[in-house]
Amino acid sequence: MAALLETRGLTAQYGQFKALFGVDLQVAPGECVAIIGANGAGKTTLMRSITGVLRNAPEMILHNGIPIGALSADQVMQRGIAMVPEGRRLFPSLSVEENLLIGGQVRRGDGRWTLEAVYTLFPVLRERRRSPGTALSGGQQQMVAIGRALMSNPGLLLCDEISLGLAPVVIRDIYAALPAIRETGAAVVIVEQDISRALSVADRIYCMMEGRVTLTGRAADMTRDAIHAAYFGNAA
Amino acid sequence: MIWLDTIVQGILLGGLYALFAAGLSLVFGIMRLVNLAHGDLIIFAAFAILLIVGSTGLNPFLAALLAAPVMFAVGWALQAFVLNRVLGRDILPPLLVTFGLSVALQNGLLEAFSADSQRIRAGALESASIDLGPVTVGVMPLLTFASAVGAIFLLNRLFYTTALGRAFRATSDDAVTASLMGINPRSVFAIATGLAMVIVTLAALYLGMRSNFDPSIGPARLIYAFEAVIIGGLGSLWGTLLGGAIIGVAQTIGAQINPEWQILAGHIAFLVVLLIRPRGLFPRAVD
Repeated sequence: MAALLETRGLTAQYGQFKALFGVDLQVAPGECVAIIGANGAGKTTLMRSITGVLRNAPEMILHNGIPIGALSADQVMQRGIAMVPEGRRLFPSLSVEENLLIGGQVRRGDGRWTLEAVYTLFPVLRERRRSPGTALSGGQQQMVAIGRALMSNPGLLLCDEISLGLAPVVIRDIYAALPAIRETGAAVVIVEQDISRALSVADRIYCMMEGRVTLTGRAADMTRDAIHAAYFGNAA
Repeated sequence: MIWLDTIVQGILLGGLYALFAAGLSLVFGIMRLVNLAHGDLIIFAAFAILLIVGSTGLNPFLAALLAAPVMFAVGWALQAFVLNRVLGRDILPPLLVTFGLSVALQNGLLEAFSADSQRIRAGALESASIDLGPVTVGVMPLLTFASAVGAIFLLNRLFYTTALGRAFRATSDDAVTASLMGINPRSVFAIATGLAMVIVTLAALYLGMRSNFDPSIGPARLIYAFEAVIIGGLGSLWGTLLGGAIIGVAQTIGAQINPEWQILAGHIAFLVVLLIRPRGLFPRAVD
């Protein structure tokens, strides 16, 4: 089956600083892929490249076989890719409900995700729907960010560090929503620093270090030693 | 009673300043762009209305209705083809470009219409007045103020109850994240500037009917607009109306004391507010 998303020798740089060195990645339809790695491994740069925030050569990123590397972020999103950005990035001027609605502004077809469906997935958001998005707790803000991304009914959902800075009990609640999201057939890419969390939800894992993929394979086949070597390098 | 009349006339005059300022406030609020050509664009729109009235014999209000979509297109194109190219972290390039545009517009208008003072004739409306008991107010100032309130009310409705308004606010908050919602910030900016030019057309209509204008008076209108925006708080539309009213009242009070003090009194009121509330009376929470 053709990959839903594919990167081929993806490179990226900020000025003189090169952040990605030929990253190859594939995501199949409906698959859950986790990208793990320490701070500075290039995970967020990879997300920024895929979403068009950083522009690349067109053929470095393919969506359903079509080159999208040179598209702008809004054009990428209109193709059915949605993003939960690192740090949530809710719009402070918008209420919770408006934050969700703006995610559906480029809605594709009559998919499952509506305001009502998001409120069913995260009931606390219904109670807080008139509050400013940024007045919520970190965990609730993350729920808004996920709901906002779902509102476009994406075929591919990218989640960048969704557990960062949250209490373990809150992280558990956030991850509990994942099966319902995958039920819709959407592929999910999760960027995560928590290795055991990533292994527990993903079908496949990509481990990154210093801008390169150092390990890839089925999550079920990963050994602890192999991951440690790929995550921290041989010196660890 | 004369002071009540002075204050009422000042508030009504503030409506005109609020119209000068609303477009500036809209553009600044959404894209943090200070358009130094704003005053000249008002004069450009006034000449456009004058041209339509002169060539078709239409009522000035109908002429403004025809000019508004043209001005929207001018604003859209200006943003899409010029200003979007210079927007970024550095605030200097857009300032320089709009300053250049201001000079070009003044000279272009001078070439096309000469330095002669012009006026948009509104017939009996110019001198009509309504007796409200203690004060008598001109119909034209009343219409100007009502138009300012109406325009700001509609802009607020647009901002807070429509999908476009949500996109305006989201893009203003964080353009990169807005683009991750499938919104094209450049397109949003172009629509915002187009909309600002529609307000500019309304401002130009009343400016042209109430006083003489010529190609050189744009920068002074920009100063009034700036002062109203800053008094009200950057990006706050109702604040802009209040800012306009404060300048208007200060000017009429100044003129009442000594006619030579009219303009100066407005600027002094601006400085006093700036000293007391440097961020304006209603600053937006996120700036």
